[in-house]
Amino acid sequence: MIQLISLHKSFGKQKVLNGLDLEIEDGKTTVIIGRSGGGKSVLLKHIIGLMRPDSGEVLIDGTDITKLGEGALNDIRKRFGMLFQEAALFDSMTVGENVAFPLREHTRMKEEEIRQTVADRLCSVGLRGVEEKMPSELSGGMRKRVGLARAIAMQPRIVLFDEPTTGLDPVMTEAINRLIVETQKSFHLTCIVISHDIRSIFEIGDRIAMLYEGEIIEYGTPDELRASQNPVVVQFLAGSIEGPIRVT
Amino acid sequence: MNRISGALESLGRAVMGNVEEMGKILLLFASIIAWTFSPPLKLRNIFKQMEFVGVKSIFVVVLTGTFTGMVMALQGYHGFRMFSAESLVGGTVALGMTRELGPVLTSLMVTARAGSAMAAELGTMRVTEQIDALYVMAANPVKHLIVPRVIAGVLMTPLLTVISDFVGILGGYFVGVQILGINPGVFIKNITRLVDLNDIYNGLIKAACFGLILSVVGCYKGFNTKGGAEGVGRATTEAVVLASITILVSDYFLTAIMF
Repeated sequence: MIQLISLHKSFGKQKVLNGLDLEIEDGKTTVIIGRSGGGKSVLLKHIIGLMRPDSGEVLIDGTDITKLGEGALNDIRKRFGMLFQEAALFDSMTVGENVAFPLREHTRMKEEEIRQTVADRLCSVGLRGVEEKMPSELSGGMRKRVGLARAIAMQPRIVLFDEPTTGLDPVMTEAINRLIVETQKSFHLTCIVISHDIRSIFEIGDRIAMLYEGEIIEYGTPDELRASQNPVVVQFLAGSIEGPIRVT
Repeated sequence: MNRISGALESLGRAVMGNVEEMGKILLLFASIIAWTFSPPLKLRNIFKQMEFVGVKSIFVVVLTGTFTGMVMALQGYHGFRMFSAESLVGGTVALGMTRELGPVLTSLMVTARAGSAMAAELGTMRVTEQIDALYVMAANPVKHLIVPRVIAGVLMTPLLTVISDFVGILGGYFVGVQILGINPGVFIKNITRLVDLNDIYNGLIKAACFGLILSVVGCYKGFNTKGGAEGVGRATTEAVVLASITILVSDYFLTAIMF
């Protein structure tokens, strides 16, 4: 269980998180939506301990990670996988080495076992025989799939997705959405997805949380969000420029 | 009055900024020391960096070392000829190369070639979230990325300096003996008479210090890059400028202590 309690974070005078509270349910996909530059990625970085809040708590299975040192935080991070917006593959390594990285780093698996696990993970994201390719030889969609294979290499319980479909064509967007749903089911994952792609939100989300001005202003199932009367949510889902969200 | 207080405020801010940066570099250095002695070392990464910093810098170091030795012999010959001491050319070229020009020029060349690349590589990794990816996978970036580069810098700069010293003296020999007609026996005898083994050792210690400076500064600037492609460019330039200045300033103090 992931709980965010009264999270505050500012950069200079700009308040990004303003007393945010959120509870992420185990074994479900929670999508966090909100405006570009509204603090969604900052929120994700707090969940994995890449950023520390000015105040508030981030509880992972009851442990407040904001007070942990690097060693203890790394133990918690082993429960996580993360797919970055541009996949963040190590460009000096082959695809196979990228996926094998966490296995080599944290397990005592033999090379043969690692090779097999890498092939399995790549297969589960629909890729075969790409182990020797360099990330620069892959398309955007393939890079994201390799990033997902790396994220699930250690069979984590929780996977974070930072705008997984940004910059992809509609067909590849659909493919990645399906992949997220299938991966969540087959590995029984708790998924947290940052997105502002309305179609994807309803396709993959079991729960949807709307972040606005540093707070979660709406939380519920996709149907509950669709039925929301909150003018901010209504405007965001409609993609309208008329409403309380100001275009700056 | 306002102008004076404004100027003082700017000056104070600049001083504070530099002090803060010094502190951050020292903290990174402490972290590098701690991770260097935390097994297991990433040997594959270390050898890869040693190849990049050392082997791939040989050509540029040979070129600069040779021509530096040659020009020293040429200049020295014209100077010494005024009081009929041409025979000292060999010794002064060797002394200049081993004590000073070998370590300094080699380090500046390695800074330009490898230090800048360290800043650019780490800067690109920072802005493309590859460093964040390491943190997320519970892998420490200092251990994986910085320690191998610093070890390579500290080990390879002295080795490159040995090459630079050697080809510099060889270049001096070529100009002094083959072109300017100095007796080869006298040329070599004066080298062995003037140059002590300690000159070579101290030159190599200096080179190791410079290797440390250029790699720590390059990694620090790259690791703390902000702001996309422009930030990577800025970090690279700052790394070369700061490392070069620090090498030249520390050269004076190291020389004052050693010789």
